[in-house]
Amino acid sequence: MSIELITNILAATVVAGTPLLIVALGELICERSGVLNLGQEGMMLIGAVAGFIAVLTTGSLTIGVIAAMAAGVAMALLFALMAVTLAANQYAAGLALTIFGTGLSAFIGAGYVGKTIDGFTKLAIPGLSDIPVLGPVLFNQDLLVYVSLGLFVAVYVFLRHSRGGLLLRAVGESPDSANANGLPVMLIRYLAVSFGGAMAGLAGAYLSLAYTPLWTEGMTAGRGWIALALVVFATWRPERVLLGAYLFGVASILHLVLQGFGWDSSTELLAMLPYVVTIVVLVLLSSNPTRTRLHTPLSLGQPYRPGR
Amino acid sequence: MLSLERRPVDSKTMTYASPVLALVLTIVTGFLIFLGLDRDPIEGLRHFFITPINSSYGWAELGLKMAPLLLCAAGLTICYRAKLWNIGAEGHFLMGAVGASIVALQPGGGSGFWILPLVLLAGVAFGALWAAIAAFLKTHFHCNEILTTIMLNYIALNLLLYGVHGPLKDPYGFSFPQSAMFGDSALLPMLIPGTRLHIGLLFAVLAAVIVGVLFARTFIGFQLKVLGEDEQAAAFAGFPRKKLIWFAFLVAGGMAGLAGASEVTGPIGQLVPQVSPGYGYTAIIVVFLGRMKAVGIILASALLALTFLGGEMMQISMNLPKAMTGLFQGLLLFYLLTCDAFIHYRVRWIGSRPAVAKITLAGQEG
Repeated sequence: MSIELITNILAATVVAGTPLLIVALGELICERSGVLNLGQEGMMLIGAVAGFIAVLTTGSLTIGVIAAMAAGVAMALLFALMAVTLAANQYAAGLALTIFGTGLSAFIGAGYVGKTIDGFTKLAIPGLSDIPVLGPVLFNQDLLVYVSLGLFVAVYVFLRHSRGGLLLRAVGESPDSANANGLPVMLIRYLAVSFGGAMAGLAGAYLSLAYTPLWTEGMTAGRGWIALALVVFATWRPERVLLGAYLFGVASILHLVLQGFGWDSSTELLAMLPYVVTIVVLVLLSSNPTRTRLHTPLSLGQPYRPGR
Repeated sequence: MLSLERRPVDSKTMTYASPVLALVLTIVTGFLIFLGLDRDPIEGLRHFFITPINSSYGWAELGLKMAPLLLCAAGLTICYRAKLWNIGAEGHFLMGAVGASIVALQPGGGSGFWILPLVLLAGVAFGALWAAIAAFLKTHFHCNEILTTIMLNYIALNLLLYGVHGPLKDPYGFSFPQSAMFGDSALLPMLIPGTRLHIGLLFAVLAAVIVGVLFARTFIGFQLKVLGEDEQAAAFAGFPRKKLIWFAFLVAGGMAGLAGASEVTGPIGQLVPQVSPGYGYTAIIVVFLGRMKAVGIILASALLALTFLGGEMMQISMNLPKAMTGLFQGLLLFYLLTCDAFIHYRVRWIGSRPAVAKITLAGQEG
């Protein structure tokens, strides 16, 4: 393998890992508040289609990204209404969001299949992009890759070193005592769920505006679900989300890697790999249930009603 | 301000009113969608819900779409009653179709009466085997079944695609990704001559009856119910948790696998990539809408079968996207869960004295 090939593979890994990183950071914040939102796939699809249509009609990538994030938040608010306000079963509400989002995005996007837009292009950072290997991998990417890395830093600092992060974790660990201490539990959960929606929308926009600048039905191909596994993999810590996202990124471009080695296998079998890797990772992580339980936000998945 | 208050006892009326209310709200929303699309809403709703079934052929088509939904939903009901969130019916279904096709496409099979049962059994076995992976991962590695079954769905789809592009591909098929047509002895007999309705519908109704009897009459059904309602009570009673999980997953997989086998040996007659328009996912809605009861899921599967026909009708007669199906299904589930909240809660007006209201709330918690 030449150095050039390795560089190309690493650069492709970052691109493939970016939507996973964005959506998983959103879900991480959401789950840290004690809310499990299984609707990531649905919110991503809505974000992808909203962003694509916005760019197609206005020609502005900025408006596309804003539209995608707004659509993600709108979906997240529907979920919050069910799962936070009405205290519905979070599993069922999340599934409903995914089924609804899949159907709605296919409906809205039906007239836009096959259309093309000018998506995000590579943006080399002067100087830094000339560094061998590292330069092309990290500093010659599209704008959203840089945004995703900025988001990672922001989430990391927020969770570890800010008062807001402390409040968020308090709500996720024990909403009752958070409430007793005068914290607005419902409001914090609404904000956390909305942030998750905005991130899922952005991740969807990454797919339809940068990764492959077009819209096809169900184009997220399970990435929302993989992100959910990724948060478990990361044991709810942002630095491991970053690592995991790129690890899954490798899995989803493995067919390119193998072709680089001169392997020639069926595309359909290679396309299974990210899902197989997800299962293997789940097995490795879940086999010790006490370890997982140690890191899980204590109130995760349990609806909360104030005044109890 | 308005506030939600937990009811002392769950509302029985709401349990049954909620699906009806959800359907009404879905239809109202559909009305508004047609208005928004600048179409006559009455005509739109009529084309979606009534035109598909205003002939006897239409009813047969309804039964045809209902069979796979009901089979998948019957299996999922067993899992969901025990709070095992198996989302894998789509994967079980696809593997059932693949398994049945492998047997049906064996060369030199001849034309014995035993071929069809063998083909169907292969579907059941493949579906059950696929579900067994998730059961194994849950009982031995504590893997979350939602994530594993979803991943297995994607893997099953890729295996099916591999099959129709590779070893199961029709050598004389002009390079279309599909298998050869099955022989006559591997095809399901028709239920009503002159239509496409085959005996798969009987399998489905039988499956629903089995589920009903399982929970009403058998000890294992009781154990599954207890496991779902209170896992600690089930453990305390000494119920075999792992065995119950295996049972629920294997039966669910077998039933969905039979649904897959019935599709390839029924209306399609060969293995094609589009063997399922999402039956396995729609079956999840069927289970919730049908209140996890035998009669309920039969009615719910008929309604959701209608959404598939309605979507096709939209495309043909109103030139609207077929994706209307998914939209209506999503709306229905969304409204159902929202209405379901009022089984446990009621809306109360809390007036100017919040302190008193708070005490009442706490007092009624029970």
